[in-house]
Amino acid sequence: MRILMPILFLLLAPLAGGLLDGMDRKISARMQRRVGPPILQPFYDVQKLFAKQRIVVTNSQTFLMITYMVLIIFTGCMFYSGVDMLMCFFMLSTAGIFLYFSAVVTDSPYSYIGGQRELFQEMCCEPAVLLTALGFYILEGSFQTSDLIKADRSAILALPGFFVAFLFILTIKMRKSPFDESTSHHPHQELVKGVTTELGGSNLALFQITEWYENVLMLSVVALFILNKNPWSILCAVLVVLATYFLEILIDNTSARMKSQKMLQLSWAVTIAAAGVNLVILILVR
Amino acid sequence: MWWSIPFLIIFPMCIGALLYCIHVQKVRKGIAYVATPAIMAATIDLVVTYFNHGGQPVDLYVNVPAASHFITAGEIALMIFVTWKCIRAKKYWISLLSIVPTIMIVNMEFKLGEMEAAHIRVDHLSLLMCLIVAFVGGLITIYAMGYMDGYHQHHTEVPERRHFFFMVVYVFIGAMFGFVLSSDLVWIDFFWETTSVCSFLLIGYTQSEEAVTNSFRALWMNLLGGTALAFGIVYFETAAKASTLQALVQNSQDGVRAAAICVMLMAFAALTKAAQLPFSTWLIGAMVAPTPSSALLHSATMVKAGIYILFRLAPAMSGTMTGYFIAGIGGFTFFMTSVIAIGQVDAKKVLAYSTISNLGLMVACAGIGRPETIWAGVFLMMFHAISKSLMFQDVGATENCLHSRHLEDMHGLLYRLPKLAVFMFIGIAGMYLAPFGMLISKWSALRASVDSKNVLVILFIVFGSATTSFYWSKWLGKIISRTMHNEPVKDITKKNEMVSLSIHAVAMVALCALFPVVSNIYVHPLLAETFGTYTDVLSSGIMNMLVILILVVFLVPLVAYLSSRQLHTNMKLSYMNGANCGNDNTFTDSFGDPKKLHMANDYFTERIGRHALMVPCQLAVTAAIVVMFCIVLGGVA
Repeated sequence: MRILMPILFLLLAPLAGGLLDGMDRKISARMQRRVGPPILQPFYDVQKLFAKQRIVVTNSQTFLMITYMVLIIFTGCMFYSGVDMLMCFFMLSTAGIFLYFSAVVTDSPYSYIGGQRELFQEMCCEPAVLLTALGFYILEGSFQTSDLIKADRSAILALPGFFVAFLFILTIKMRKSPFDESTSHHPHQELVKGVTTELGGSNLALFQITEWYENVLMLSVVALFILNKNPWSILCAVLVVLATYFLEILIDNTSARMKSQKMLQLSWAVTIAAAGVNLVILILVR
Repeated sequence: MWWSIPFLIIFPMCIGALLYCIHVQKVRKGIAYVATPAIMAATIDLVVTYFNHGGQPVDLYVNVPAASHFITAGEIALMIFVTWKCIRAKKYWISLLSIVPTIMIVNMEFKLGEMEAAHIRVDHLSLLMCLIVAFVGGLITIYAMGYMDGYHQHHTEVPERRHFFFMVVYVFIGAMFGFVLSSDLVWIDFFWETTSVCSFLLIGYTQSEEAVTNSFRALWMNLLGGTALAFGIVYFETAAKASTLQALVQNSQDGVRAAAICVMLMAFAALTKAAQLPFSTWLIGAMVAPTPSSALLHSATMVKAGIYILFRLAPAMSGTMTGYFIAGIGGFTFFMTSVIAIGQVDAKKVLAYSTISNLGLMVACAGIGRPETIWAGVFLMMFHAISKSLMFQDVGATENCLHSRHLEDMHGLLYRLPKLAVFMFIGIAGMYLAPFGMLISKWSALRASVDSKNVLVILFIVFGSATTSFYWSKWLGKIISRTMHNEPVKDITKKNEMVSLSIHAVAMVALCALFPVVSNIYVHPLLAETFGTYTDVLSSGIMNMLVILILVVFLVPLVAYLSSRQLHTNMKLSYMNGANCGNDNTFTDSFGDPKKLHMANDYFTERIGRHALMVPCQLAVTAAIVVMFCIVLGGVA
């Protein structure tokens, strides 16, 4: 299991992430009364990007981007091999710093602003992400994801506040509107494409694939809230993950971008009000 | 046999006195280049002797009335000196903070007489402190020898008193050795006051109005802590008829009330010394002094004294009301000062706030007082000592080259002052990037605070962790941004400064790479000594994973870098809506004229700067301290 699961993640996560992305585009299009691209369009895009030449502003962008990708994939493999969850999250934030580096190293205006905002987003997410790991630890007495899936009951029953906080920051992590601060969906906005502005050709393809891995990893944490030793919980988790993703698409299509300081206030307030309160109750009860 | 102990305490003080008398810089340098290695060698000798004795704690100097009388005389001399300084500066009330505790201590000495107990104790923790003081502090003295020359060339308005400066530095180092090796409470008090006075003298070095104000602020805050310490010691010794730190901890664990109160007062004193809120302002004010003294105060001496004493008291604080409050105050300081650090644009200020913030995390670890947290705290202390010393020296050297320490002026430092930028990168990365010191310590501290059910500390660490990453990453990004100021900068860093910087950088990387080993062979015995029984903090699984993580984080960027060099890339100008003027730095503005591009970070200074947050935070923590005093002295807990 410890070897198999990471390998499965390595192979299947981009497929799942790409398909989710394709569904995202289709559903978004339908919400906007368009036909939308085929489901497999993201794969065609990436394939085409790889065929293009690698355009950079400064050479070090490429190696920073590759590092970002490898570290995210590594973190995902760690998570799936059942090791310490808190350590995974620390690795995740370290990986994120390389994305920031690859953006600011260019000194290009839009990329630089995107990088600043990416860092800001990290700061908004981190408390909720770390608290999630701690919530699981209090509940099950372990940080090991391999132990967590063997619980008697789904964690969400005891950790609803943590779940809410995590869903909230998931929108930030996925860089979806209203929190698409660091990279916008449409290049005609004030930000152009933020962190990805200066990523050209295959570098952009790498970023796209990394995003798929990251999304799958984050949704896996959502699934962890549902999973227990009962095999049927797997089906349940898949449904919850799909529902979560649909919710993200809905939020994305119905809201306008928020100012970053507002985002900080809101995300921390939700973290305290939901996860913090849940934490106090959990500690008092235990 | 144990000759190195008196040597380490007395020798630096003698060197200090000698340097005071010598006014030729070349001779001074010669003396320092001999004395500092001698101190390092003596420390090594102490370590070797200790391990030849089986590596068990050793109690020494049981019956030494002469030395005790000497210490008492020293206390009185310090009191007279402080009183004289205060009267000259017309700050009469501050002298009370020296007179009252000294009279109390001396009075007690006469009443109780000399007790039959060890005055010196050598164990893993004190040895670790000795190593930090000798090596980090020693390297700072060497760096200072070069730095102070340049300093007086640039700052002609400052009166030339280098002989005085070096004297204080060496006396400071001697006092730190005395402090960490003493086990007798009165001795501890004496060395404690000595470090307070030394820091006061260092901060006031330039004699400018600001420096004098700040130095007296540092003095009264630290003497206030010293007063609390003296009250605690007198109360405990009179009530329990015991005179050592170990007896204090033991009594407190046995539930002796006088001991518990003394522990609380000592912990309060440690808060002042470790510059925790509400006493953080003295360390910020200490920035007016020349860089070596900042480095000394922040990394090797002074603030570490506060942390050291808290680690000693940790078993006594674990699970008590005192521990709960101390952990809360530390956690709060960790979070709030890291927020303030985001708002700073001056590199030295960022370092100052980050020191306070990191110390806050160590204080929180000590307050929780479990083996895991002390493990985390000890590592934090090691990483912090090396990193901060490196950073201060590096920022000082960078300032000499750039004539600025504004963060925005460090844009693209990697391409302008590559050596200094790499050192800076190592120093910062060692402070917070996974899987180095800070992160594993945070991991351990978080788990332990969950186990001890301290909700406030959990929240403070979680949020503080986010803000800490933010300001460090922002700084790192600034260094690596491809430069737009293409004018070359001449690296005028002196050779002895470079030597010190290189040694620090190597030590930092070595500590990162070797820390599982250090943990096993050094920190585990340290915990066993502190807590008696002790089980493994980190399972071997976690340790193995850490080793893998270290490899991954080192290797992935390296391999990616090497392999990406072969990739064929097409270099283009950065995107500026098609308004570039043929290069990356200029664009056509709305009048059709070329305009220079300037990218800067946002620091949110008005909202979260020092002026907005410091006073409310100080008030909140002062209230918490008052409540702690009421609860512990009132006997509720």
